[in-house]
Amino acid sequence: MAEILKIDDISVSYGSIRALSDVSMSIDEGAIVSLIGANGAGKSTLLNAIVGLQPLKTGSITFAGETICQSKHHGSLTTDLIARRGIALVPEGRHVFADMTVEENLDMGAFMVKDQSVIEKRKDEMYDFFPILGARRKQKTRSLSGGEQQMMAIARALMSAPRLLLLDEPGLGLAPLIVQDIFSKIRIINEENKVTVFLVEQNARLALRSSSYGYVLENGRIVLEDKGSALLMNERVQKAYLGA
Amino acid sequence: MLNFFQLILIYAGIYALMAIGQNCITGYTGMLSLCHAGFFCIGSYATAIMCKTFGLSFWLSLPVAAIATGIIGLLIGIPTLRLKGDYLCIATLGLGEIIRNVATNLNPVGYNSIPRASLFGYQFASRNKLAFIILIWAFVLVFYVLFQQLAHSRLGRAMIAVREDEVAAQSNGINVTKYKISSFVLGAAVGGIAGCLQTAYTLTVQPGSFTFMVSVMVLCTVVLGGMGNGKAVILGAFIIQFISYLPQLTGLTNVIPAQAKQIIYGLLLVVMMLTRPQGILGRDKFRYGDPRTRMEKLHDFFVRPKKSAKGGKA
Repeated sequence: MAEILKIDDISVSYGSIRALSDVSMSIDEGAIVSLIGANGAGKSTLLNAIVGLQPLKTGSITFAGETICQSKHHGSLTTDLIARRGIALVPEGRHVFADMTVEENLDMGAFMVKDQSVIEKRKDEMYDFFPILGARRKQKTRSLSGGEQQMMAIARALMSAPRLLLLDEPGLGLAPLIVQDIFSKIRIINEENKVTVFLVEQNARLALRSSSYGYVLENGRIVLEDKGSALLMNERVQKAYLGA
Repeated sequence: MLNFFQLILIYAGIYALMAIGQNCITGYTGMLSLCHAGFFCIGSYATAIMCKTFGLSFWLSLPVAAIATGIIGLLIGIPTLRLKGDYLCIATLGLGEIIRNVATNLNPVGYNSIPRASLFGYQFASRNKLAFIILIWAFVLVFYVLFQQLAHSRLGRAMIAVREDEVAAQSNGINVTKYKISSFVLGAAVGGIAGCLQTAYTLTVQPGSFTFMVSVMVLCTVVLGGMGNGKAVILGAFIIQFISYLPQLTGLTNVIPAQAKQIIYGLLLVVMMLTRPQGILGRDKFRYGDPRTRMEKLHDFFVRPKKSAKGGKA
């Protein structure tokens, strides 16, 4: 499989505090790759760095053969241009447009799409895929439950038909059953829409089970990487993240 | 008394225009800017200089005033719009004062006896207030319609997204900087046009009339009426103007000091924030979920009025 995202030796700092040190990763097209790690390991920082919300200190990030982020400011793309290349981020805490209805949120997700008929078609697809959103389409997003908001955030990201979907803790603060549901949807999105998925998750077991490949981040460094199933068996992962 | 109401109508119109500009910046894009007095000042000065020094007609100096204000808005916007919230507020507050000081130093006594505006041979004289009411409210109407269209267009949609959540806007492919600056420039340009109209009415320009209080009044107008709602800010302009002329209206100029209106504004803002933070009318409803094209909408409007009232296709 072709490589779609390549992270090459990147470091990110917040002032004098190092958040990521020499992180290198590679994501194959069509895969589900997960990144697990404890709080403060730098998981969200890594996702923010990929979409250009966080400047790099060293290293570079390449998407589909094009350098999108590097340490030199002028060589990096801004977040909106990175989104236009086909990377959609579902940020941590969802960042929905709370005062807009579900439908308007989806419209915003399709901001880059100019063709109204394509937008309508995709919206219908989303309502089919997430029936609860169809039922709530005229409702303000603020009034949705956490799980519904998370589904809406994912649907909004999919409206732009991205090649790579970045999910930052899709299960954050949700009931286990809803998390299961969201993960099964993520697998379907990956299989049917051929969207590459890179997800960051605290729920290591669920994340690794869904993924073909996984990385473990500790204190801003990648300490382990392997196939998802192999990581589940790994002693160190079991001890630190699976509570075994 | 009639004369007095006419005066209020004129100033309500001028402030409504400014509030439309401020609404674009604060209401739609969510940037707390406090330098509309500065834009007002630039518009007034540009008109005065164009009419008096270069002998241009009012109608030619109007676009000059708008463009000059827009350009200065752009120059101010590029460095300051990186700031957020309170910081942007303080930076723009300072800029408003800088513009006023520059204007004062440019010409401390201002400009007097500026040539009158004329339209088809009719001269707009300050004593004929009715003509000015029509002129100014025609401008208000035009800009209300324009900004209403803007708010429901792609540009307006992006501006609202920036207001709601910058991170989400960016990750949906919206260039936040670009839309912030566009909104700031548009808002500034309308402020400049308001200044131009005020100059045409008073025929004098004095730097003393562009104080910080003007910016506060414009912001109050928007907050009072309802941020992000075109109709509401016009309503707000009326209320603010009535309050500002309250002592004269009630004939109690001897009893109520002129400064009382500042206290009333402050009080009004505090009460509004506590009881109805969204303003009297609240935010406008979003309308861009409508899948019909403009032609279809027109068609529906005239041919199938009932169906269009229900919201079209769906």
